[in-house]
Amino acid sequence: MTDDTAVDIEVRDLTMAFGANVVQRDLNFDIKRGDIFVIIGGSGCGKSTLLKHMLGLIEPARGEILYRGESFTRATNAERDVMRRRWGITYQSGGLFGAMTLAQNISLPLQLYTDYTAAEIRDVVDYKLSLVGLGGFEGYFPAEISGGMEKRAALARAIALDPDILFFDEPSAGLDPISSRLLDELIAQLKESIGATVVMVSHELASIFEIATNSVYLDADSHTMLDYGDPRMLRDHSEQPIVRQFLSRSTEHQEEPANE
Amino acid sequence: MKVDSPRFELHDADSGEPAILELSGDWVQGQTLPRFAMLRPQLTDTRATQLSLDTDNLGEWDSRLMAFLLQCRNCCDQQDIKFDASALPDSAQRLLHIATTVPRHQRQGEPPRHWWQIGNPLALLRKTGRNVVQSVAFFGAVCIALGRLLGGRANTRFVDFWHFCYQTGPNAFAIISLTSLLVGMILAYLGAAQLQQFGAEIYVADLVVIGVLREMGVLMTAVVIAGRTGAAYAAQLGTMQANEEIDAIITMGISPIEFLVTPRILALLVMMPLLTIYANLLGILGGALVSAGMGISMLQYAGHASDAVSLTHIGIGLTKSVVFGALIAIAGCRAGIQSGRDSAAVGQAATQAVVTSLIYLIVADAAINILCQQLDI
Ligand SMILES: Nc1ncnc2c1ncn2[C@@H]1O[C@H](COP(=O)(O)OP(=O)(O)O)[C@@H](O)[C@H]1O
Ligand SMILES: [Mg+2]
Repeated sequence: MTDDTAVDIEVRDLTMAFGANVVQRDLNFDIKRGDIFVIIGGSGCGKSTLLKHMLGLIEPARGEILYRGESFTRATNAERDVMRRRWGITYQSGGLFGAMTLAQNISLPLQLYTDYTAAEIRDVVDYKLSLVGLGGFEGYFPAEISGGMEKRAALARAIALDPDILFFDEPSAGLDPISSRLLDELIAQLKESIGATVVMVSHELASIFEIATNSVYLDADSHTMLDYGDPRMLRDHSEQPIVRQFLSRSTEHQEEPANE
Repeated sequence: MKVDSPRFELHDADSGEPAILELSGDWVQGQTLPRFAMLRPQLTDTRATQLSLDTDNLGEWDSRLMAFLLQCRNCCDQQDIKFDASALPDSAQRLLHIATTVPRHQRQGEPPRHWWQIGNPLALLRKTGRNVVQSVAFFGAVCIALGRLLGGRANTRFVDFWHFCYQTGPNAFAIISLTSLLVGMILAYLGAAQLQQFGAEIYVADLVVIGVLREMGVLMTAVVIAGRTGAAYAAQLGTMQANEEIDAIITMGISPIEFLVTPRILALLVMMPLLTIYANLLGILGGALVSAGMGISMLQYAGHASDAVSLTHIGIGLTKSVVFGALIAIAGCRAGIQSGRDSAAVGQAATQAVVTSLIYLIVADAAINILCQQLDI
């Protein structure tokens, strides 16, 4: 069903600023349907800020963002809510509701936006938790589980409504290398099975090369995007030395897993 | 597009042959889906050792079909029936595989509590006892910290102290003015109504002055500060607990009591008497306003009032203010430091701070009044 040429998100001449402090200017790129799109760049270059612009949590200083051909920037709040219903989102610091159990966290969007019965919601919640390897943890509160489990629970909440587009801000940050690798694999597998588009901010170069199909590199010094394309291509053939350096230097001191 | 109602049918077979579960129709929003509970008894009855699927007539589907299949799969595992998913669409097979790779977690630990256990007087008593012990321990820790401060060895920053004094004192002027003026007026009305019966309205001044100085001025100030400052202390410290800031303080080798609690307590110990003096003045003024409305001249009122004022009354009020200040600060800081680590817990800490301070205030006030009565002051 996924049409290879369809574009989910278009970013046009986007300039992001806090007051007079311009974070990034003149961003132009497309995110195709079915992509795993990664936003890459050093700390503080504006990756989270870009994601928040795409989610409509911050308004652009200039430029526009389009979803499936329709302007998100110029949409009314009600129209935005309709678009957002097709999205699943996890936040950099989790964003699970601490006063609710995992089951309540995941059933909230189901109660709001579907006509499922209470028993069906219970079954679907159980299924979503099983998908992220948390079957049996319905009754736990976020504070009672580990950081890695919280990240997975947030993922379960993000996929509760079978979204078309998934946004993740550093989904594996703060996890040990094995857990973070497993989480990335899980994201890739889920994405493959539910056929969603994934937009994520990530630092894990190993996983970027493993699962990403497209990427944009934001530069903190020149305040703009330096390059755009498949991260493996950028690593080997980018015309920007900074990008090649960023993508390859970090792989040097990150042991390549058994290639022999 | 025509939507077919979703159905399933189990074609049972003798042992040796696989049973066939036929799924058909569109398993999507807007349809009433069959429940797995209807299939479970058939699955438990079957003697077949394998379950295959027939999905030839299966149309569109969403997560609820997957939830159904997952339950089906788990039930088959329990019954030692082999579950053959190969007839499913590829993506459904993959999802089912992901959902079953990690074994289900079995919750262990406390069994669920029943309602009769919640009201159990023994458990309540034990909880209260533990609470009292913890309060006393906290009070002891605070005393030690104050002792170290006097010895000049405490990690207490005076910048913090001034900051909290400002928050507690000047910022509370408006609300203290309002409450104490009104309390003075209320006392005057109350007294005047009774005294008029004996033609003794003039003694309203005595009543207001003694009532405000000994009791109402300090008590109302304390109640306001408990709601304003005590709750704020609990929320600040609770948030620091949630952000692991208190952990950071401890691992830097700093006592959180000295660093966080001492400046807050000192600020209240200093500001409560000052606020009380201010509240007393406004309370007496409030009484004067009401008396003036009843035909008692300001001069008469002032004359009676100055006779009624004595150092004893003022001293009792100020003593109470110091005690109340310490109690409010301790209740607020204790609730904050012992708060849980999520956003709901911070709210609970603030509530607990106010409730505990009010209980402390009433009990301490009664105790001091009884003491004064016994000592004839
Ligand atoms: N709410 C905000 N107000 C002002 N400046 C901000 C805000 N959020 C982020 N910034 C600034 O924007 C820049 C990019 O931040 P961020 O997007 O969080 O970086 P990162 O790429 O590490 O996610 C930083 O320089 C930060 O100081
Ligand atoms: Mg960030």
